[in-house]
Parts: sequence; C-alpha cells; structure tokens
Amino acid sequence: MSAATTRDAHDDAHHDDHHHHGPEPGVMRWVYTTNHKDIGTLYLVFSFLMLLLGGLLALGIRTELWSPGLQFVEPDFFNQLTTMHALIMVFGAIMPATVGFANWMVPLMIGAPDMALPRLNNWSFWLLPFAFALLISTFFMEGGAPAAGWTLYAPLVLQGGANLPFAIFAIHLMGIASVMGAINIIVTILNMRAPGMTLLKMPLFIWTWLITAFLLVAAMPVFAGAVTMLLTDKFFGTSFFDAAGGGDPVLFQHIFWFFGHPEVYIMILPSFGIVSQVIPTFARKPLFGYESMVYATASIAFLSFIVWAHHMFTVGMPLAGELFFMYTTMLIAVPTGVKVFNWVATMWRGSMTFETPMLYAIAFVILFTLGGFSGLMLAIVPSDFQYHDTYFVVAHFHYVLVTGSLFGIFAGVYYWLPKWTGNMYDERLGKWHFWLSTIFVNILFFPQHFLGLAGMPRRVPDYAVQFADWNMVSSIGGFGFGLSQLLFAWIVLQCCRGGKQATAEVWDGSDGLEWTVPSPAPYHTFETPPAVR
Amino acid sequence: MAEAQYYVPHGTRWPIMGSIGLTALVGGFAALLNGASVASLVMVLGFVILVAMMFLWFGQVVRESESRIYNDQVDRSFRWGMGWFIFSEVCFFGAFFGALFYARVYSVPWLGGEGTGVATNLFLWPSFDSVWPTNGPAALGGAYQVMGAWGIPALNTIILLSSGGTVTWAHWGIIKDNRPQFVWGLLLTVVLGFLFVGLQAYEYYEAYAHLNLKLSTGIYGSTFFMLTGFHGAHVTIGAIMLTVVMLRGMRGHFDSKNHFAFEAAAWYWHFVDVVWLGLFIFVYWL
Ligand SMILES: [Cu+2]
Repeated sequence: MSAATTRDAHDDAHHDDHHHHGPEPGVMRWVYTTNHKDIGTLYLVFSFLMLLLGGLLALGIRTELWSPGLQFVEPDFFNQLTTMHALIMVFGAIMPATVGFANWMVPLMIGAPDMALPRLNNWSFWLLPFAFALLISTFFMEGGAPAAGWTLYAPLVLQGGANLPFAIFAIHLMGIASVMGAINIIVTILNMRAPGMTLLKMPLFIWTWLITAFLLVAAMPVFAGAVTMLLTDKFFGTSFFDAAGGGDPVLFQHIFWFFGHPEVYIMILPSFGIVSQVIPTFARKPLFGYESMVYATASIAFLSFIVWAHHMFTVGMPLAGELFFMYTTMLIAVPTGVKVFNWVATMWRGSMTFETPMLYAIAFVILFTLGGFSGLMLAIVPSDFQYHDTYFVVAHFHYVLVTGSLFGIFAGVYYWLPKWTGNMYDERLGKWHFWLSTIFVNILFFPQHFLGLAGMPRRVPDYAVQFADWNMVSSIGGFGFGLSQLLFAWIVLQCCRGGKQATAEVWDGSDGLEWTVPSPAPYHTFETPPAVR
Repeated sequence: MAEAQYYVPHGTRWPIMGSIGLTALVGGFAALLNGASVASLVMVLGFVILVAMMFLWFGQVVRESESRIYNDQVDRSFRWGMGWFIFSEVCFFGAFFGALFYARVYSVPWLGGEGTGVATNLFLWPSFDSVWPTNGPAALGGAYQVMGAWGIPALNTIILLSSGGTVTWAHWGIIKDNRPQFVWGLLLTVVLGFLFVGLQAYEYYEAYAHLNLKLSTGIYGSTFFMLTGFHGAHVTIGAIMLTVVMLRGMRGHFDSKNHFAFEAAAWYWHFVDVVWLGLFIFVYWL
C-alpha cells in the first residue's frame, strides 16, 4: 500500500534526483510545468500582458477620436487598431484570464490533486504565446494587421494584405488551445471531485466553468471551420462566401455568430461564477437560490446557441428569422434576471462589508445589468435598425465585457490573491483602484450611448463635429481607466512581494475547500482527497 | 492492483515541442500562401517536429500505461477526454454541414429568386435557375459533371460500414483475451480503412481529370471537396490510430480489462463512420 501511494510520478529521467514536492528550480519550471497553480499563474500573467497591449491599442483609438478629423493615424491603421484591440482583448486577455482562474481554483475548490490531464494543460497554455506571436507579427507585415474588424466578415477580410493566413492560423492555434483547456476543465470537474461533492454541492464558480467549457468545446470548432472557409475562399478557389459561385457572404456571418454569441457567454459566465462566490462571502450569507443559479446558467448556455442572428438583423433576413431571433434573444433576459435577483437577494439583510472584491462584485451587478438593458434594446429588431453599427453597440458590449467580465476578473483577483500569495493586498490601494476604475470606465463608455443614439457609426477614425464633445469626454475616461490599471499592476506586484500575512480562511465569511488549505496554497494540495460534508 | 493515487506527472517537455512544431507548420504554410517558397522548408520542419513530439508524448503515455501506474480514475479522465474531443470534432464538421445546408436551403434558392431573393435574381442574375448541385450564377469553374452516389461512394459506404463491424469483432476479441481475433480484426479494419482512402483518392482523380469537378466548381465543388476532404483526412488519422493499436496488440499490449487506447480509436472510427453516412446522404445522394 505505502509503495503504491508514495510513488513519485516523474516525467523525465533528468530530474529523477529530487523526490520533492516543490517546483523545479529555474526558468524552465514555467515551460515544463504540469502544476495547475503554475499554469494558472502563467495564464493570468499572460492575460494581463495582453490586457496592457490591447489597452494600448484602445488608447490609440481614443487618441485619434479625441477630436474630429484625422490627426494621428491613417484610416487603415485605425481599422487595424480596432480589429487587433478586439482580437487581443477577447482571445488574449479575457478568455485566458478566466482559464487562469479555472486552473488555480477548480482543483482547489473541488478537492482534486491537480487538473485531470496535466500535460495537456501545459500545452493549452503554451500554444497561446505562439498564437499571439503569429497574430501580433502581422502588424509588421506588408499591408499591416487584419483591418476588417474582429468579426472578419467576408468579403472585406479577404481583401486585406499578407496578414490573412497568419491571423487565421493564429486563430486556429488559439482554438486548439481553448478546446484542449476546456476539455481538461470538463474532465476535471466531472471526474476529480472529492468524494461526497455531488454536482449540486459544487461551488457556483465550478458550475459556471463547467458550462463555459461546454460552450467552448461546442463553439470554438465552428469558428475554426468558419476561418478555414475564409482561407480556402482566398487561396484555394472555393466560393463559400461568393454569390457568383452560389455561396453567400451572409453565410460567413451566420457561422461566425453561431460561434460568436456563445463566445460572449464564454467570456461572462466565469465572471458570474466569481461574483457568485464573492457576494456570499462579504454578505456573510449563503448564495440565495443556488439551484436556480445552476439552472439559469444552463438555460443561458442553451439559449446562447439559438440567438446568433441578432447580430445581423440588418442583413436582409426573412421576417420569420428576424422575429425568431428577436424573441429568443429577449428570452435570455429571464435567466439573467434570475441571476441578478439572486445576487441582490443574497445581499439582502446580509451583514455586508465592502472590501475591494465586494466593491467590484457590486459594481459588476449594477453595471453588467446596465449592459444587459442596452442589450435588450438592441434585441428589438426595429430599434436595432437604428442602433446597428453605431457607438451604442460599442457602449453595450463594453459594459458587459469591461464592467462585466473584467470587473468580475478584478473581483476574483482581489478575492483569491491572498490565497495565491499568502499575503493581503493593500486594501487602501485596492479601494483606490476600484473607485478610479469605476469612475473612469463610466466616463469612458457611458457617453458612447449618447454618441450611438445620435448616430455616430462605430469603427470610424473621423466623425461629424456634433460628436466632438462626448468623444473628448470618452477619451479622457479611456486614459483615466488605462492609467488606473497601472495601479492594479503595482498592487498585485506588491502583494506578491510581501504584506500582511494572510490566514487560511483569509475572509471572515469565506466558505469552501480552497479556504481549508494554508495561504499561500502549497505547491501540491489535496493529494489525498478531503472529506466533503 | 491499480494505483491508489491519481497519477500527476511532474513536468513535461512535449507540449513546448508541440507548440514549436505546430507554429512552424502553420507559420510556414501562411508564408507559403503569401508566395514565400522557402517557407515550405519551415513547414516540413514543423511537421517533422510535430510528428516526433507525438511519438515521444504518446510513447511515454503508453509506457506509463503498460507499467500500470494509471488507476481507474485516470482511465476515466482519458475516456471523458476522448469523448469530448470527438464532440469537438463533430462541431467542426457541423460548420461545414451548416454551410452545405445553408447553400442548398437558402442561398442558392435566393439567388434563383425565391423569397427575399426576388430582386437579387431579377437585377443581378436574371438567367440563373436554382437547382442543386450548382456552381453558381457565374458558373464558376465552367461546365462540370456531378459525382454520382452509386459508384465508388456506395462501395465506400459498404467498406466503411463493414469496417465498423470488423472493429467491433476485434473488440469482442480483446474482451475474451483472444489476441489473434483482436489483431486480425484490427488488420481487417485498417485494410478497409486505407482501401476507403485509396478509393476516395481515385474518386478525386476522376473528378479532376474527367468530370471537371474541382474545389473551384462553385459552391458544389467547395462543399463537396471540403466535406469529403476533411472526412478523408479523419479516416486517415483514424486508420493510423488503429494501426498503432494493432502494432501494440501484436507486441502483447492490452488485455480484457486494459485496452482504453483501442476503445478510443474505435470510438473515433465510429464517429468517422457516422460522418460518412451524413456525407453519403447529403453530399452524394440527395
Ligand atoms: Cu449575441
């Protein structure tokens, strides 16, 4: 028996000499690692670097839009900025950040020794730097980076320069990475739970990630198919998106958004999960309506596959299609409403305190709901004909993605940082980061509602003078929000280097397996499964 | 006896090797598409690295499996993993089937003036009659002949369905610890699989040489070659997987309880089989 349990599982002969349980020394630790905590850290660091890069591109956009007229960049470069900003933020910042959380927290929250497929886990991460190297290299190519928008609509995207095959293959690599990562998360959740942790005892973060991972496995391959068709249309003479051959450019939009709408839930559901962990902790009450949260998340996932054409109401679909997609889209408000209700009801009569994670979670609930409301406005076909391709759409999805997904991620970082590093972050600076971010992000995006409703189109480097004032306000917000994130970097760095020692529980009202291990969490945890009540 | 603890490897060198190989492969291919002919060398190099990585990675997993350090829970992880991988492949094919159905049900009839396509047909393509198959209103690729369903494709259907039977027969073999039946069943399956691929290649040759049916033959050629092409690639991969399993079986790997690698390959084989039925019905027959 003891021989069986003490076998140290070593991969390669070259480190047979240390039968330890700590990380390998040196930089290769990070390249060869199969440890879920290491890989989680890699994901989080990578996603923050991408957040900075994507943010830099966004500041380029806001600089050009500071005032009407063309002042800093050529229109084509402006289009490269909007396209690459979106691709980098979606696939480089938000998604890897949430996968980083899954890596760190799923094994800790379900009592597993590691992810189910640790080697595959390493590959899921280590494809990303290569994929983004390919994507970012297009900036330096003849014709520059992709400039047809992150949605890559045919035929426009096929008219770009040398970047197309590089961007497409970069997307393929990201897709392979995402699917492998998602399979790993599903398998870990289904197969690695500590005995006694039944499905309906899992923390909600685990549930949201299980469903997110399902969406990834179902949606990413469809995207891979779509961009493959772009590639063959461009280089191998197929005519999927060419009416002359019997194809249809609108077909690309259908396939893209069949992926694209689940994709927005892929980006938001993990944040739903984080917020559903944070609010009960700081309200010192169990999550209200846990089971309804699970079912609401599953309903959202199901609905996300039958709403896609709400992104294309103006392409000339048959009326029956417009109506179908309008009603299914509005249906999403029901499970989403259930969630918002439950978060508020969890806080109701709770003994609340307002540490930084809680501040972010509350801001998430309010501002995400705002983004949800503008989404409802966009769901209504006749209104959408007005709003389509205006800054109103930009305002809408930045409310759900920045004050939604990103704020959820911030809440999660502050919430679990003491568990990861063993140190408390500087609460005073955390609050500064929160208030600066929240104020500036609203200065940045709220005026874009006005701009859109007044008719300012999106993805333009120049605009009519009537839009000048709000654009300037928005740009001020953009710079404020961007600079505030340097404070975030400082807080995290400072917390990694030291600070007040964190207890195992960290928070007063914390509940769950991750708070039963010491802070910082040891390199290996739950090598023998914990008992779940 | 199975191990008590879940096997967690400490460190691995294969993924980074795979990333380098894959990046060289696709980066080289991208540069090649842009006209840089030296890039094909990078591409080949990337492919070699990738194949070497797979040998090393799978080789290690096989050794670990044979030394029985995987417990039942690890086995379940592999099963779930393979199942979801096949599901992702189904979704990949879904994109191309979606394109086929969209073209047949919507875009081609619309170009012919149905429904909302009245004006499109009247003003842009007044002479276009919507029929399937079609190479579109501009008749891209010129006159062509349709690939019939009842020649090679029907034969290939029989071949692939029989191979589904032989692989099950092999499964019965290993369950009874009857190694010869296992190996012979696999050999038959692999032969049938490669026979399918060979016939498919011959069909492509016929299409290009005699029917003027090409990848560039409008939406019909596009959907025909992309669907059957990706399917053929998957049959090839599946047949290689089964070949590896067969060689392992000949070396004495697997017994009635431990043969997940075989089952994974068999699941994959059945998936490829089912996709083919969809192809036969919607690409060749109807
Ligand atoms: Cu949508």
